[in-house]
Amino acid sequence: MSVDVNMAEIAQLFVEESLEGLDTMESGLLNLDLGAADPETMNAIFRAAHSIKGGGATFGFTEISEFAHHVETLLDEMRRGERPVTRDAVDLLLQSVDCIRDMTGSLATGSVDTARAKELEVQLETMLRQKPGVGAAACGSGHAAGEAAATTDEARVADEADEAGAGWRIRFRPGPGIFKSRNDPLRMFRELEALGALDVKAVGAEDLDFESLDPEECRLGWDLVLHASADRETVEEVFAWVADECELELEPIPGIAADDGPASEKPPAQAESLPAAAKPAAAAAKGTAFSQETGSIRVNIDKVDALINLVGELVITQSMLSRYTGDFDFTQIEGLREGLTQLSRNTRELQESVMAIRMLPISFAFSRFPRLVRDTGNALGKKVELKLTGENTELDKTVLEKIGDPLVHLVRNSLDHGLETPEERVAAGKPETGVLELNAYHEGGNIVIEVIDDGAGIDKGKVLAKARERGLVAADEQLSDDRVNNLIFMAGFSTAEEISDLSGRGVGMDVVRRNIADLGGHVSVQSECGVGSKFTIRLPLTLAILDGQLVRVGKESYIVSLVSIVETIQVCADKVNQIAGESELFKLRDEYLPILRLHELFGIQADSARIDDGLLVVAEANGQRVGIFVDDLKEQQQVVIKSLEANYRQMRGISGATILGDGTVALILDVPGLIQLYCDRNGGVPHHTAAVA
Amino acid sequence: MAATRKHMEELTQQAESGDAGGQYLTFMLAGEEYGVEILKVQEIKGWGTATPIPNTPDYVLGVLNLRGAVVPIIDLRKRFSLDSVPYGATTVVIVVKMSHEDQERTVGLVVDAVADVYRLESGEIQAPPDMGGAVHTEFVRGLATVEEKMVILLEVDCLIDFKNMHSSPSRSPDADKAQVEAIPEE
Repeated sequence: MSVDVNMAEIAQLFVEESLEGLDTMESGLLNLDLGAADPETMNAIFRAAHSIKGGGATFGFTEISEFAHHVETLLDEMRRGERPVTRDAVDLLLQSVDCIRDMTGSLATGSVDTARAKELEVQLETMLRQKPGVGAAACGSGHAAGEAAATTDEARVADEADEAGAGWRIRFRPGPGIFKSRNDPLRMFRELEALGALDVKAVGAEDLDFESLDPEECRLGWDLVLHASADRETVEEVFAWVADECELELEPIPGIAADDGPASEKPPAQAESLPAAAKPAAAAAKGTAFSQETGSIRVNIDKVDALINLVGELVITQSMLSRYTGDFDFTQIEGLREGLTQLSRNTRELQESVMAIRMLPISFAFSRFPRLVRDTGNALGKKVELKLTGENTELDKTVLEKIGDPLVHLVRNSLDHGLETPEERVAAGKPETGVLELNAYHEGGNIVIEVIDDGAGIDKGKVLAKARERGLVAADEQLSDDRVNNLIFMAGFSTAEEISDLSGRGVGMDVVRRNIADLGGHVSVQSECGVGSKFTIRLPLTLAILDGQLVRVGKESYIVSLVSIVETIQVCADKVNQIAGESELFKLRDEYLPILRLHELFGIQADSARIDDGLLVVAEANGQRVGIFVDDLKEQQQVVIKSLEANYRQMRGISGATILGDGTVALILDVPGLIQLYCDRNGGVPHHTAAVA
Repeated sequence: MAATRKHMEELTQQAESGDAGGQYLTFMLAGEEYGVEILKVQEIKGWGTATPIPNTPDYVLGVLNLRGAVVPIIDLRKRFSLDSVPYGATTVVIVVKMSHEDQERTVGLVVDAVADVYRLESGEIQAPPDMGGAVHTEFVRGLATVEEKMVILLEVDCLIDFKNMHSSPSRSPDADKAQVEAIPEE
């Protein structure tokens, strides 16, 4: 029973590690496409594939290990420079990565669908059977093609000879740290012995100084002679786990069949190539050269949430304590104040450090884009260069997880609608390759993510015409450029003349806006026709704590998120107009804004219903501004958001609750929800008209 | 009393069987004794002012801070359409756990006073009689007799409908009437 549990845990570990490995492979493969076949990258990809294969076999996931074996074989040929890095090969490998990812993902459910794997396996085998040289000539795009093609034919012949050889002469010089990585040469030799008779000779023993010898370090090297007709791959596999930490040279012992010229000439060159490849690999492993090295820890999200709750309590206690300072005896007050200062500082520090646990670099969300842009660009026949900046900007894990989909949509949208085809770009006097920029940075308590393209921009005339056609904008309404651009976020809006596979179904931008609004964020677009578009997403760093403004209506206090408040004003009754005796509007500079009377919406008693007696909190949500009528403003404070849903249910117009300094519960207003509530009450769209100047 | 205790000891010795059997916490509400399964009860606390939630049925008094958790409070008198009385010294909030669609929620029930704890076997619990539509029977699990008194056992999970609780008190009565009138025409 316990063994089963352990296996399940280990299998989970395998899944996690495989997924990491697959990410490594994917980003590595994408990098290969952009530059010359860098041996470091190539080795990293190969190692990842090899680990997946090994892990799969260990845990009995034979489908995965068998498939990974084919991938590995292809990668190995590429790694050794026997096969040029062609676009076809990279595409096939990327598909294979997807396939392994699917298979790994479905391990959890138990059933692994091997249909796709079989299909790809056939393709991989076909590619492996092809003469690499011919492939290179046909594709012609490999950077190392010329060089590789020259050597491949000979290498091939050499390889063939290897397989027919009578055995191997192996020079094995492990690094001093080999024991620490839990590798045991003795075990490896036993494994070799299983292949055939093995002669072992240790070297370097005579130079050893036993006085200063560290028993945990390996100071020996070995020369081995293996009398077996095993192929190179089988022998190398024995050393695969230590490939980073050793010098390994394999030299075939010519057999009876190896009587042709090139084979006997070639081996030395072949042998040299291995340590050369192994050294950079070791360097890559030591340094941080390879991307995606996040150095992050895995923290159980439940624990982190509990910790955040604790911090919330601490914040509450602190504000409770601070309430009593006024009533205290003068002799105590100084000490108490000092203590409070301390407490408040500690609270904040603790809060910050706890939050930091949840913070992850946005590269987690960005990492999928090189692949996505490449694939989408290919599908659309557009040339795109993707620039990522600010990948290390950190944000809350929950926000990070939820921002992925909206970002994907924005990027696809920019690729599909924004960027032009190469011909159009050339005709417009722009470089053939379009630039798509993803940029993230911190600004105040927010994180800002920008999606910028240098494409055609938004055609305002077209957008406005479409909006009028759909009845989203009145025919005679005048809108600012900015407002026109932001019309694309309205539901049921798409200007794409033809619905493509990617976007243009009219569901999307409104969903993007809603998803971002759900995270407490805001999205806007700036665009200039012919120059490009810039989508700006503003998100709170965390979902757990909110900067709030307390407002009072009658006996009740509510919290409005400071982010949504534009300003607070007092309005005279004569500035307020009534439409059909129902909806009230007031004029704020050049706009007429509807007044939401909170006491009416919530059915509670306010101090006064007279507009002069209260205040109007001008709040904005989804590009819509309203004035929320309240009795008074109270203090601003950071509040810990508690869910109403956890014990009750979601309420319209209320996004959650919090606990105030006196221990009572205050509700947090949800401005978009309030507007919706107001619309439903009044049976229509709120009046929101720009005054005709 | 002594007889009851003896009776209860006997009951304790008997093997637990049946779904409805077990210990029940009882409380008073408008002169009647109601019982809830004791395993559903998390704690009993004194009454404190709740923060009202707008646009909820009147029996939802609001939410309270229960050691950092925001917990809704239900007035059981209002829930059962009984006359309201001012809250007094014995008024308590029984905090219970409700299971609803695999989600466990904590809810406070305001009752007149806490009464007793009884152990009841499933054999002692009878199904509620069919009283027609006039009486709320959906949250009555059964009836039991303890010391000649009737105890109404409540099905805690049914006390709040977490989904369909749409009630908008501020909607004009005319609109409601119009809807009611519209239905027969269809």
